[in-house]
Amino acid sequence: MTRVDTILMRAAGWMLAALWILPLLYAVWAAFHAPEYEAKFDLTAPWTLANFPRAWEQAPFARYFLNTILLVTMILSVQLVLCTLAAFAFARLSFPGKNVAFALVLVQLLVVPDILLVENYKTMRMLGLVDTILAIGLPYFASGFAIFLLRQTFMTIPKELDEAARVEGCGLLGLLWRVYVPLGKPAMLAFGLVSVSHHWNNFLWPLIITNSVETRPLTVGLSIFSTTDSGIDWALINAATLMTSAPLLLGFLLFQRQFVQSFMRAGIK
Amino acid sequence: MRREWVHAWLLILPAFVFLLAFTHIPVVQTLLNSFWSNPKGRRAAAFVGFDNYAAMLADPIFAKAMVNSAIYAAITIPASVGLSLAMALFVHRRFRGVAVMRMAYFTPTVLPLIAVANIWLFFYAPGFGLIDQIRGLFGLPSVNLVGQPDTALYAVAAVTVWKEAGFFMIFYLAALQTIPEPLREAAAIEGCRPWTFFRRVTWPLIMPTTLFVSVNAVINAFRLVDHVFVMTRGGPDNASQLLLYYIYEVGFRFWDTAYASALTVVLVVILSIVGIGQFFAADRKVHYK
Repeated sequence: MTRVDTILMRAAGWMLAALWILPLLYAVWAAFHAPEYEAKFDLTAPWTLANFPRAWEQAPFARYFLNTILLVTMILSVQLVLCTLAAFAFARLSFPGKNVAFALVLVQLLVVPDILLVENYKTMRMLGLVDTILAIGLPYFASGFAIFLLRQTFMTIPKELDEAARVEGCGLLGLLWRVYVPLGKPAMLAFGLVSVSHHWNNFLWPLIITNSVETRPLTVGLSIFSTTDSGIDWALINAATLMTSAPLLLGFLLFQRQFVQSFMRAGIK
Repeated sequence: MRREWVHAWLLILPAFVFLLAFTHIPVVQTLLNSFWSNPKGRRAAAFVGFDNYAAMLADPIFAKAMVNSAIYAAITIPASVGLSLAMALFVHRRFRGVAVMRMAYFTPTVLPLIAVANIWLFFYAPGFGLIDQIRGLFGLPSVNLVGQPDTALYAVAAVTVWKEAGFFMIFYLAALQTIPEPLREAAAIEGCRPWTFFRRVTWPLIMPTTLFVSVNAVINAFRLVDHVFVMTRGGPDNASQLLLYYIYEVGFRFWDTAYASALTVVLVVILSIVGIGQFFAADRKVHYK
């Protein structure tokens, strides 16, 4: 590329970057300024932190945070256990019905539980689980995506390791635990980041299945906070919005490389 | 051998209980329920054949939701794919500040869609939002982009593109990194212009990524409606009504679960067609090395 081309590319890149970050920066700006400035943008306006404690007090955000943390922890731990077991069977064992079973796993990549709202709601009502944190997580416990990702990883592990372990007297579960789990850790970490950020952000199903402060995750709490407020106080809403996204945003800034690599690993099949 | 079979089934059984209970059985149940009426009081559900589907064809809001979903897909898919490719081309070489540029593109991806919706609602807000403030500088009147029927859908689509382009960018970045450097050097020696190089070499080589990203964009276009809840609630006057949002309204606000099942069947069929299409496209059209 010539110099001119490079300069043009850079300029276009920076313009797009500025445009892209603008809505977020504007929200950040509003969150750190008193409400009287929200209608007239003024770079010299004094900064303030007052909106954050105000927002924190107006809705049970502490409880919402706790609910979300419980939710993502529960989902990820169950997913890792169930999907590691299944992925190991698909990667290394041969059994009748394997291909049909694996096709059924792949179906879940397209027809995600998120769209089967009506039936899953009926199931939860039948189980008496409506309005529980468990009910938010249940449909996601068996992740077709996790099974697929871990199976791909496990298949790259040399079979010689299996045989060595078996010669040493390792059982099937011992083999899984001593050989496959340690070698599959990077893939599990990648899936973990994807799973946590997905369920931290998930909204539609939690909205339907929860109806009390004790179970609502942050996303649902935030949407209620920002829509039922009488008289829109933008400074407050922006503060609440940033507050609820802050953990993910901070996590992303600290572990940028891992995040990007995880998303990449997770996406390329 | 027999023991291996038993072990294998025991290993996949726990996962399969959940898969069947919350994905496969619900799909079948949805299909069956779409041929039955709602139970009313003591009256049990009755078999109604294709009545729910006939009602669907006569339902103007369903028609509106389908047209909107099509427009929404037609905007968000090419826009987010094109922009993500541009972003990847901008940041795939090292230079001072590249990390900042990449962060600017990628950050929206990390935010919850509900938070994104709030941020944009404020950005669009008549009188308060940056758009209106800039218009004010030029003496233009205030506009309510999410509140008027002819712009609401586009306002929502813009938010989707903002949220997903950075995500797709990383797949293109990975693909661009696999293009061998000698090819670029050879092209440079031959005096090949960057645009020609892009069209003849880069574009065909990253075709699998484009397919992957496009399929994801299609799926997102039908599956992601969180922002609609915050920004427009499908309005005004169904102007931004999308299929999944309509399923929610029918199923959980009007409690017409039979009709909601029929609508869900339509959504499942659409997603299946996308999946099958991807399978065949990956087989034929796409150039793998």
